[in-house]
Amino acid sequence: MSKYALLILLLCSITSISQNCKNTLSGKVIDQHDGTLLVEATIIIVGSEEVVQTDLNGKFIISNLCDGTYNVQVSHADCLTKVFIVKVFGNKTKNFKLEHHIEELNQISIKGKSYTDKSKTILESTISKKELENFSSGTLGDALNSLSGVSSLNTGNTVVKPLINGLHSSRVVIINNGVRMEDQEWGAEHAPNVDINSVGNLTLIKGAGALQYSGDAVGGVIVAESAKVPVKDSIYGKTLLTGASNGRGAVLTSQLTKTYQNGWYAAVQGTLKRFGDFEAPDYVLSNTGIFERNASLRLGLNRFDYGFEVYYSLFKNEIGILRASHLGGAQDQVRALNSDVPLVIDDFTYDISKPRQEVTHQLARIKGFKKFENFGKLSLQYDFQRNNRLEYDIRRGDDKASVDLELNTHTLLVDLDASLTDQIRLKTGVMAGYQENFPNPSTGVRRLIPDYDKYDLGIYAIVDYEFNDDLTLEAGARFDYTHMDVFKFYRTSFWESRNYGEQFSEIVVQELGNQISTNPKLNFYNVSGTIGATYEFDDKNKLFFNYSLASRAPNPSELFSEGLHHSASRIELGDLSFNSEIGHKIALTFQHEKEKLSFSMNPYINTINDFIVIEPTGVEQNLGGSFQVWEYRQTNAQLLGVDLDASYTFTENLSYNHQFSLVKGYDRTFDEPLISIPSVNTKNEIVYQNQKINNLRLSLQSDYVFRQNEYPNNNFEVYIPETETTETVDVSTPPDAYHLLNFNSSIDFKINKQSNLTVGFGVTNVFNTSYRNYLNRLRYYADDLGRNILLNIKFNY
Amino acid sequence: MKKVNLLNLRKMKNIKFIAMAIFATVILTSCDDDDTPDPVNEEEVITTMTVTLTPNGGGTPVVLQTQDLDGDGPNPPIVTPTVATLTSGVTYNGVIVLLNETESPAENITTEVEEEADEHQFFYTIGSSLNATTTYTSFDGNGNNLGTEFTLTASAASSGNLTFTLRHEPTKPNTGLSDAGGETDIEATFNITIQ
Repeated sequence: MSKYALLILLLCSITSISQNCKNTLSGKVIDQHDGTLLVEATIIIVGSEEVVQTDLNGKFIISNLCDGTYNVQVSHADCLTKVFIVKVFGNKTKNFKLEHHIEELNQISIKGKSYTDKSKTILESTISKKELENFSSGTLGDALNSLSGVSSLNTGNTVVKPLINGLHSSRVVIINNGVRMEDQEWGAEHAPNVDINSVGNLTLIKGAGALQYSGDAVGGVIVAESAKVPVKDSIYGKTLLTGASNGRGAVLTSQLTKTYQNGWYAAVQGTLKRFGDFEAPDYVLSNTGIFERNASLRLGLNRFDYGFEVYYSLFKNEIGILRASHLGGAQDQVRALNSDVPLVIDDFTYDISKPRQEVTHQLARIKGFKKFENFGKLSLQYDFQRNNRLEYDIRRGDDKASVDLELNTHTLLVDLDASLTDQIRLKTGVMAGYQENFPNPSTGVRRLIPDYDKYDLGIYAIVDYEFNDDLTLEAGARFDYTHMDVFKFYRTSFWESRNYGEQFSEIVVQELGNQISTNPKLNFYNVSGTIGATYEFDDKNKLFFNYSLASRAPNPSELFSEGLHHSASRIELGDLSFNSEIGHKIALTFQHEKEKLSFSMNPYINTINDFIVIEPTGVEQNLGGSFQVWEYRQTNAQLLGVDLDASYTFTENLSYNHQFSLVKGYDRTFDEPLISIPSVNTKNEIVYQNQKINNLRLSLQSDYVFRQNEYPNNNFEVYIPETETTETVDVSTPPDAYHLLNFNSSIDFKINKQSNLTVGFGVTNVFNTSYRNYLNRLRYYADDLGRNILLNIKFNY
Repeated sequence: MKKVNLLNLRKMKNIKFIAMAIFATVILTSCDDDDTPDPVNEEEVITTMTVTLTPNGGGTPVVLQTQDLDGDGPNPPIVTPTVATLTSGVTYNGVIVLLNETESPAENITTEVEEEADEHQFFYTIGSSLNATTTYTSFDGNGNNLGTEFTLTASAASSGNLTFTLRHEPTKPNTGLSDAGGETDIEATFNITIQ
């Protein structure tokens, strides 16, 4: 096949014989992933003898070219060779981007822009491979948390949900190996079911710009991909063992890849993570252990013009939830809040008792692509996901789970990526999905999420237009149709108090005394879109502008919640009459990159109509005492903020990194601050690195988190019979500001030609500072983690 | 060129076949007929607490009851009587019965509490204006207080609140609610007059 392709390329280039032959073609060769300049890349004008190499700055120049269209082959030792079609009329500047395949195996990149796939008009940021491996014992959320503009909503330290520019849960879409994760992401205490150790590339898009994946990412999109494999005969792998003092546990992760010159490849990866109770500076955080087991397998064929891949992953996680956070009503909350230490502190143990979560997520995917000459690439993908979530509460009697949900999702995707002209690229596709939720009734607890079948149909198109070398324009649109067929039991008293009888009488199936069975059928029609531009002033300065429109259908929790949420000791009520929330986000990024100083500044404003918030509306009595009632409601919200990244290189070995994030969120209807908005935080780091001393790297990082000074007042009062007093239950006041110091170091040893060993040593929270984080749902009950000493050994082979 | 096309065609067919196969899988797996879900038997809920106070020397018992048939639904518990009257100088034998009336027939939760006696304890909180005292008469296997049965002695004429609290997994033994810990399963307050 490639012979024919080459022949055609040759034929094409011969046609361009003409008069003006004094043109030059100059530019740079750049790594598509992280923008590094590639030195000693070879540039060949196909059909001529012209061969040049890039210099130390990644620059090249080819002179004496005639007007016409050329096929330019660009290659680099670490990259896939690529052929570009270039029109030359007069002197031309053109930058070529190559895809790294060797380095990539070791690198995680986090970006807003991307390889040509994602969004072109939002800026990228990256986490280095070393930093990522430091998170081997942590979670996906922890790794993302190290970026400006990203924080996390935690339940303890093992349930970590990424929060992008102040938004989380259903507003953040996670794409794992091309599959949209459907893992009951609606719950605040449901962490993403992705093994951080299986991720090869991690891309963050702070906005809904990535329309090929979804139109409802009001907050942003996180794309996790396996490392790409090179097309050559090779076998390689990596084993990483991390031990940590806090939690007295370890993580072992290993991966092995076999590749062939003919394009076939196979890879296996597995992770085992086991921790006991974690510890705050002054006490054991009882029942916070974790036991995680993951494995993934992939097999595929990668040829120049076609290929396929089969992928399967199993994620199994058992997480203990702080024992002291399991409470009865408001009276217990008062006791917990008034106590400086958790109400339950037991001796350290590896046992995970109740309350705990057991989650199993299986993902299977088959994907194929075919490239058509002079047209583009067509891909087809089918995936299946099964998410089983068990939540065990402390309850009388048997050991049954209180929540037992099984969510099955099938998705079929057809995508076309076509170059319409040299400058215009089109991405378009169709998505069809079916999802079924089965809440097991044998739990003896009313269903948290009802039985439902959901059907999705989406269609999108994105066009990007390279207006000239400096200006790229992007525009896209997406339409999604969602149909939900639900079977829900309402409590008669709730049904009546909401007056649903008048509004929704047609959905009633049967009245069963104190319950009413209903069959709501809901339809949502969502339109989303994006428009943006990237302008390069010169080599050093770049401006990104992006507007995105996101529409998100309410999730089952927002629609159907109706009852006591044990882990929050509050009653949560959804609303059947919700419509989709619509977000408009405008983001601007200015990027400056010079040898010594580089920085980027990213202000944004996100205006969300019909934003779904949950907030307290009163206190209800039942036999267990008083419970605060939180009701979902729709309002108009606005989030504004700025993310700042900067780095300065003092000398070859010494550099400084700075990060600053600020976000403010307001309910514009009620004119009050939104709840759970991250406070201002800044990270400053000094790094010493010396390649001569076995690539020694030492870093000291300061992490300062300010106190959140804007929050809604949701406090309420409760009568305590023992003291015969009325006490305020302060669930609103954010904890104080805190400062953490983290140390990290690593050194490489060469074992033989193929293998090397990296040893790392780190300490987080060096001063064993006691602190609580506003965005940790367990902050009412216990301090956050104390000092943690980590040792990791990585073996590359 | 022709050969290329043929090759493409063959691959197209392959893709088509895969597509068909996938569609078939989707349709087959998604077409299993769902039966209508059954309502859940709420096993955990306590809807009703009845405290029967029988005068020691015999006589008409005083019955205190709180009932919340919709569990954690919006309706508050119904407490009867509005004011319960006890006789000064009389000692009452108290028995607490817990029911889950969402099930039919109603499930007796007291039995469950007694089965896990070491993980439960009732506490009686007497308002400062009420002249009465209580004594535990039922105990767990370790001889610690359980409190499903107790005696209440009504002293001088007065009125005030009497609160019953059931704690799950309290520290045992303890000196009272303040150092008992655990979680509150029940908290119910009654208005009492002693005359």
